[in-house]
Parts: sequence; C-alpha cells; structure tokens
Amino acid sequence: MLKTFIAGILLGVIGAAVFLYLYPVVDQHREASIVSVGPNGKNVEAFHVNVPMDRILVGAPGRDTPLPDGMTWPSDPILQSVRVELFKIRNSRDSVVGVAARTAAKDGPEDVIEWVLHLPARGSVYINMQPDALDGGYRRGEFRAGSREFGELGGFMTERWMPDTSGDEDAPAGRIELVTTFAGRPEAI
Amino acid sequence: MKYLIALVLGLLSGAAVFAVAMVYNPFVVDRGISPLAVTDSELITLNYSAVPSDSIVFTNNGDSQKKPFPEKVLQLWEAPIRSTSAMATVMRDARGQTAGIGIKFSSLSERTRLLSGKALVDSVWYVYMPDRGSLFMEQSENYWTFLRDVAVPAYRSGANAWKGNWIGDLTDGPEPLGTAAVTGGVGSLRGLEMLGVESLSARAYSADSGPISADGRLLIELPAITDGFETATSEE
Repeated sequence: MLKTFIAGILLGVIGAAVFLYLYPVVDQHREASIVSVGPNGKNVEAFHVNVPMDRILVGAPGRDTPLPDGMTWPSDPILQSVRVELFKIRNSRDSVVGVAARTAAKDGPEDVIEWVLHLPARGSVYINMQPDALDGGYRRGEFRAGSREFGELGGFMTERWMPDTSGDEDAPAGRIELVTTFAGRPEAI
Repeated sequence: MKYLIALVLGLLSGAAVFAVAMVYNPFVVDRGISPLAVTDSELITLNYSAVPSDSIVFTNNGDSQKKPFPEKVLQLWEAPIRSTSAMATVMRDARGQTAGIGIKFSSLSERTRLLSGKALVDSVWYVYMPDRGSLFMEQSENYWTFLRDVAVPAYRSGANAWKGNWIGDLTDGPEPLGTAAVTGGVGSLRGLEMLGVESLSARAYSADSGPISADGRLLIELPAITDGFETATSEE
C-alpha cells in the first residue's frame, strides 16, 4: 500500500505539471472581428458606443449629476479643463468587445481630444484626434501607438455622434460611431 | 479498495507538493534593480494610490477580489471584457502635487505561464497632464512575486491579511530589459518614444478585498533632449 501511495505522489506531481503546461490559465473570449477592406487594401473596422447605457464614467468639473453615482471629480484647479469619459465599446453586431477612454482638454490655446481603445484579446490603440470637425460631423484622428495586434499598424479613426431616430422606447439616445482604418506601417528603406 | 484510497491520497499529496514547490520555486527570482533606477536620463515620476477606493473610478466584473468603486459603477460583466479592469485616478508628481489624470486598462494575459513564474497582465496607461502633455504606456506586468510575497501569505494568515513592506517592479516588457513602451501624445511630449517602468509599494493587503494600503509609481525615462519639461532627476 505504501508503494501505491508513493506512486500516487509521483503521478500527482507529474499530473499537476502536465495539467498546468497544457491547460491555458487565461483564455480570453473572442468575438469574431468584422473587418471590411477599404481602398488601397486597408482594413476598416467599426465600433460604437450606445449612449447612455455604455457609459462607465463621465468625469468633468461642475456636473450636477455625477456618473457613476457617488463619483467625486477631483477639485484640483489643474484638472478644471479636463473631461474624461470611459465607455464599453461594441462591434457591428452590437456585442461588447472592449473598453475605451476619451479625453478632451484645453492645452493652452490647443484643444486636445484623444482616444484609447482596449480590446482585451487583441490589444490597444492610442489615437490623437484633430479637434475640428469635418463636413458631416466627423472628427478624424491618427494612430499614435498600439499594443500587441495593433503594435505594427498605422492608420486613422473617425468619430461621429449619431442621434437615435428609431423612436423605440428602449433605444439609446444615440451612439458614438468609431470607424478605424488599419494599415501596415511602411518599412523604412 | 484500500489501494485505491492510497492512490487518491497520493495523487492529492503529489499535487499539493507540486503547488508548494511551484510557489516557492527557487529558480524564479526577483528581477532586482529597475533598469531605470540607474539611468542618467531625466525621469518623469508619477505616483498614484493602488487602492481602488482611492481612485476616481475602478471597475471590473464585480466578482473579483477588488471591488468596483463607486459601488454603482457599470461593471464589465460581458464575456470579452470579464477579465479586464478599468481605472481612472489622479496622478501625482514626485512632490505629491497633482500632475494629471491617469487611466489604466488591464486584462489577464493569455501568455501567463505559472510553471515559469509568469502571472502576466497586459495593460496600458493613458496619462494626461495639463500644460505638459499626454502619454500612452504599453506594458506586460508580472504579478508573480507580488502573489508569492504578499497575496499567498495573506491567504495563509489567520486574519486573512498581510502587513509589511513590499516594493517591486511590475513591468515585464515588451521593451528590452523588461521596460514598457511609452509614446508621447500632445504638448511637450509630442512625438517622443520613451521607456517606462511601473512599480508597486504595498504595506497592507487583505485576502478578501485586495490592497488596503499600496501606492503605484510610473517612472518614465525621457530622451536626452527635452523642451523645459519639469522632471525629477534619477537621484530623487
């Protein structure tokens, strides 16, 4: 019986090691990417934020009703021209696929609008928007940096506010449309 | 029957022996001194509280050890973001003055390999500092030594808590020497490519609710030439 017990210990050690080696400790859920091919072979992928249900944080000075309830925006004078919003972001099938942050601020004479999109299974993208809206209510911004899947990509993103016109009782007030256009960065010659 | 019981007890004992050997594996050692601690370049130092209830907003799936703050914040319960947390917090400079707002997104990494002492988290920081600029920091964090030295002792303690003084670097890549990649956005940091390290200083930890007293720090190494950016020197 002692030999069986010792054999069990050895099997237990080996089994635990093999299990940890083969079984993924972390397995992120993936939604299939919905990508279309744009001009010049660039990959176009659209995301959106349903407002107000996808809002996690609206941080800005002087708001009467904080979001989320109980949040206190810091009173430091240095942050009085900063507005930070956190959202869940959805793909074209209306499935939540990630989270995003939008920061708007006044940096001296310059208006700053920046986005960070974080898609857990894929990576993150950092986008610096042009403050002035284009015809059609679009605002356009360039990719500044990315991580993992987006690390070697360049491109741009547009944002646009689309009010809801369906009239449905439980429809969102509108959506923020984010359309990303990814392309490989040109190699240095 | 008794042989079967002996085998099962042996299997359980073997798994327990393996777990103990893995946690206290002598071949997994601390990385030692941070590569940015010995740099001659100027550094930006940004401090923040690593306790969720000290942040402006902290949220996750709601089932994790760290509880969302404020209580009514939207939780990240959908499958693709269940292993993700989001935080917005005030960043303070080396003198303790408010420097800006920091946003951190963290997700458990599929590259986690417990056998080799890698409990990895993929995270990004976005920091906006009024009148100074913005930056984006991309990193992998390795929480293995934190779990071994702080979380496991807290679970083993009768009070489900740990007190002490633990300081360590969390950043484990993707840049050489285990540093983070930092990109400047607007202001005086515009266009700069930098290196960074995030570290954690923990003084009290609860197995039930996570950090009770802990501070985080971002160290950003500036390139040699900057435009009058107020920085802390490496001597600080």
